[in-house]
Amino acid sequence: MSELSDLYQEVILDHYRRPRNFGTLAAADRSAQGDNPLCGDRLSVQLKLKDGVIEDIRFRGAGCAISVASASLMTESVKGRTVEEARALFEKFHPMVLGRGSREGLGKLEVFSGVSAFPVRVKCATLAWHTLKAALDGKGETVSTE
Amino acid sequence: MTPPPDLSRFRADFPILGTAVHGRPLVYLDNAATTQKPRKVLEAVREFYETFNSNIHRGVHHLSERATRAYEAARDRVRRHLNASDPREIVFVRGTTEAINLVARSFVRPRLRPGDEILITLLEHHSNIVPWQMLREETGAVLRAAPVDGRGDLDLAELERRLTPRTRILSVVHVSNVLGTVNPVRRLVEMAHARGIPVLVDGAQAAAHRPIDVRALGCDFYAFSGHKVYGPTGIGVLYGKAEHLESMPPWQGGGDMILSVSLEKTTFHRSPHKFEAGTPHIAGAVGLGAALDYLADTVGLGAIEAHERDLLGYARERLRQVEGLRLVGAPAEQAGALSFVMEGLHPHDVGTILDREGIAIRTGHHCAQPLMEHLGLPATARASFGLYNTREEVDALAAGLRKVREVFRP
Repeated sequence: MSELSDLYQEVILDHYRRPRNFGTLAAADRSAQGDNPLCGDRLSVQLKLKDGVIEDIRFRGAGCAISVASASLMTESVKGRTVEEARALFEKFHPMVLGRGSREGLGKLEVFSGVSAFPVRVKCATLAWHTLKAALDGKGETVSTE
Repeated sequence: MTPPPDLSRFRADFPILGTAVHGRPLVYLDNAATTQKPRKVLEAVREFYETFNSNIHRGVHHLSERATRAYEAARDRVRRHLNASDPREIVFVRGTTEAINLVARSFVRPRLRPGDEILITLLEHHSNIVPWQMLREETGAVLRAAPVDGRGDLDLAELERRLTPRTRILSVVHVSNVLGTVNPVRRLVEMAHARGIPVLVDGAQAAAHRPIDVRALGCDFYAFSGHKVYGPTGIGVLYGKAEHLESMPPWQGGGDMILSVSLEKTTFHRSPHKFEAGTPHIAGAVGLGAALDYLADTVGLGAIEAHERDLLGYARERLRQVEGLRLVGAPAEQAGALSFVMEGLHPHDVGTILDREGIAIRTGHHCAQPLMEHLGLPATARASFGLYNTREEVDALAAGLRKVREVFRP
């Protein structure tokens, strides 16, 4: 059970049950949609940018515990940060969930380190981040984890 | 009522059932995706490669003659399995998907004019949707789908209304891979034939669970996959009425499907060879023949049907007792698969936690997104049963689902 309890940590279950920054922004500057065809998850991310800073962020969608909690925790960690900081965070987060990087500097996002023991779930943990990246790149298209 | 037959002694025939997953005995409930292989199938494939591996239909030497005989014997084994009248009606393909594509390309496409209609149903797997969409794009034909009711049964009256003078084919699944719905194929064929409309049946989820008699069903085409009937992957079957197959043009060109070739003109072989261009999956055909022998002669298809009916009924009863679990669909007749969702839980999380208990189920949209959309569900969890599954394994599933609840308990 230890790998399972590493995956479904209390923080993750909490964010799954009560996702933060859930909803839509009235006046979003950027948005993108992300699909995970494997499990049918679909979520959207909306941003408000000011002087290179993510002033506000919301997400919507339904998904598994890992993808919803990841989206929720992501919005908390990038809100108030610069676009470059947000991108750098994903650059650290991605190797960690793949089991190839350290948890250093990831703060609360550390709780996703258990995902690396479940390779098929990596896409659940990164869906929100890929969607955020698409929104920041301003491509305005749907990204897919497949 | 006679008690269901006890098939548990056949578990020993399947080497993989003795393995452990995450330190737990494997409970394999993903038979709708693929079935495990009995030793007889593995041995038949091994015997082919070890003692008479050779190419077929060409060689004059001993091994080629043996391989050809084994390949054609497998074809006749399939014919008997489907109760077809002639081995020329049995075409070996890669699987159900390829069989449907063959019919779409070679039988339906030449008959399609813009505005003609192709009728499928909402219960279809993507493999019985996408080939028709591709034809629609090429020909300007119209693709229509018959709806299902709240229980997961086809709305037959509505289906009948959608059989019009412009319908060129009815292509329908025998057993739904999501809900386990068994469609009344014989009735559907009668409805279609009364209007002169040919019928293709996708039997991928049916052939492992019950005897199939294409002459009793009356269908024009019937398709199934070897790997879902305890045989190898990469081999499948298209049954077609001889009159259709003879009239259809080949769909792939190459060796083995010709009588003579000059640079100016090629004379094609008769059916089934004209549809089997290139070296076929000989070992796969041999393995499929062995699988059908095993199902019919060693275990018995009637016994399998009775055993699985009991198991499915037991599973419905046990799963209903799991807190917050809802069974999806309650078709009038059900075979093979059982879908469910759990309140507040995503099927993917359910699948991950069960996997750590050694229990293999499928989660997701099951390659049937139009049906999932109709059900208003992005995904379900699906348990699907085979001849070797037991009531104890259903109990293990129910216990595993209680564990899922524990993990997510607030």
